[in-house]
Amino acid sequence: MIVFAFVLFGLILLLSGKDPIQSYKDIFTSTLGSPYGFSEVLVAMIPMMITALAVALPSRVGLINVGGEGQLYIGAAFATWAALTFKDMPAWALLPLMTVLGMLGGALWAFVPGYLKAIGLVNETITTLLLNSVAPKVIGFLIFGFWHSAMDTVKTPNFVEAARLPTIFGTRIHLGMVFALILLAAFWAVMKYTRWGLEMRSIGGNAQASKRNGLPVKKYLIIVMCIGGAIAGLAGMSQVSGFYGVLLLNFSMSLGFMGFLICWLAGGEPVGILIMSFVVSVIFTGGNLLQLTRDLPFATINVLLAITLFVVLAQPSFSIVREKKK
Amino acid sequence: MSLLAILGVLSSAIFSGTSLLYTTLGEIVNERSGIVNLGLEGVLLVSAASGFAVTSLSGNPYLGVLVAVLAGGLMNLILAYLVVTRRANQLASGLALMFLGVGLSALIGKSFVGAKITGLPRFLLPGLSNLPTVFSSLFRFDILIILCIPVAFLVWWVLFRTRWGLSLRAVGENADTAFASGRNPFRIRYQALFVGGLLAGMGAAHLSIAYTMNWGEYMTGGRGFIAIALVIFSKWHPLRAIVGALLFSAAVAFQLLLQSSGVQVSPFLLDMIPYFVTLIVLMIWGGTRRQSAPASLGRVYQGTE
Repeated sequence: MIVFAFVLFGLILLLSGKDPIQSYKDIFTSTLGSPYGFSEVLVAMIPMMITALAVALPSRVGLINVGGEGQLYIGAAFATWAALTFKDMPAWALLPLMTVLGMLGGALWAFVPGYLKAIGLVNETITTLLLNSVAPKVIGFLIFGFWHSAMDTVKTPNFVEAARLPTIFGTRIHLGMVFALILLAAFWAVMKYTRWGLEMRSIGGNAQASKRNGLPVKKYLIIVMCIGGAIAGLAGMSQVSGFYGVLLLNFSMSLGFMGFLICWLAGGEPVGILIMSFVVSVIFTGGNLLQLTRDLPFATINVLLAITLFVVLAQPSFSIVREKKK
Repeated sequence: MSLLAILGVLSSAIFSGTSLLYTTLGEIVNERSGIVNLGLEGVLLVSAASGFAVTSLSGNPYLGVLVAVLAGGLMNLILAYLVVTRRANQLASGLALMFLGVGLSALIGKSFVGAKITGLPRFLLPGLSNLPTVFSSLFRFDILIILCIPVAFLVWWVLFRTRWGLSLRAVGENADTAFASGRNPFRIRYQALFVGGLLAGMGAAHLSIAYTMNWGEYMTGGRGFIAIALVIFSKWHPLRAIVGALLFSAAVAFQLLLQSSGVQVSPFLLDMIPYFVTLIVLMIWGGTRRQSAPASLGRVYQGTE
């Protein structure tokens, strides 16, 4: 079935006057064919895994967090504040501070939807969506108003070396990878082995019954939503500190929404998130090259991504199993 | 602050609010049949790009509008196939549709970046022909602006006063019951999504062909998501959608007013105002909102086999 997606996208490439076979060759040799390409895939995977987790955790108590995009931006803003303010701090103090602030920012952005949902006032899907639109404007306000560098008004000055997450093996893979893997493992362990995991699954299964059994449902909803936001905020922090080394206007490019889709395709399972992030990352990293060598807008790769998603979503067995799980 | 400046601000607010109203109306039709279309942003982008491309190639803006409208309908049919026939999850399918729209529109619009078109012709409102030209130029509206309020009433009439509208709402409330009373939920949802797409296409057409008159990647700038919020703001009612669109227009107008009167406020801060107003209104209406949402919104209808 996936073949169908590639054939369809090939047709679209053909219609826009490109050679589809050569393009596909480019996509795969550039990503899986060389150590450098492979490392780039892993780099692109990092924020996808983390934002997917920011959706997966709240979904266990029945919350639909579509707000990863906004939480990621605010987390990045908080971390950037620390990076620009405490330039003289050594890395061992500054990086943890940025991490904590990034998570705090994301958690704050998720608190409003979580709270409004817990008191039964407004559905979290709509509030997180609304706040997604506000967050990039906050970033714009901060960059244009206070933080922009002397040369360029759409980004901050480059971070000092101490504010950059260390990279490994001379590639662009940064410490965010470790964050992501630890978080995925922790998520799996908490869900499987702890009382919290059990209680969260119980609330997700039947909130009313859980409440009658004495579980603090409201508290769970708010806290879990905030933790979800904190995770997305961490993704933002690791992007600005590990990947860009600077805060850019609109740097996310829908990472939060991509996390939502990845989480959904993975059924909210940690191993699934790992695999789906890898697949999506291969497509995206390949798309970068498509822009360079085939003279197509970068956004074009979204078409291949979307068609692949459609094909997976349209599997009848897939959707029915998922709905029953919910 | 002169009268002229205030009128100018009002006029530009109307121009920016029109596309929102059409899009919101489209989403209301979708959601009344029980389907959330989170991919609205992508639908708008593809409509705006294809409408702009056709206008640029043919030189006829009306042809461009027609193509944009049809493109909106077709994009929504993709969603219909996924969520109705294949019974896929609505939120995930919608977001996938958004990604498709972002990519497809970039591809369609690639060779039209920076192209110049003749926009939709603007007509002077009747009865204003003896105003001085400085004033009358502010009251020259294109056909889509003139039609937007009547279309809202038309959507209301269709949804609440026709047999088809009744069926559509019945399916949105409870597809099983609607099926038992002899209606075909699958067909009605396809029709609702198609009509909703046509309306969204009109909004997108106004945006690229009449208002900005250019094409740029991601030019809709979140309008699809604003419309989804406005649907809830208007409690799924087409006439209240007019109020919702006015709210966003007024916020734009307020920004322009402040700017033209020389107040130094960051435009980014002003851009946030409408979202917060929507959030506050949602909170105020929180308690009563539940009764007005279509009861089976977002649920998959599994059929009867």
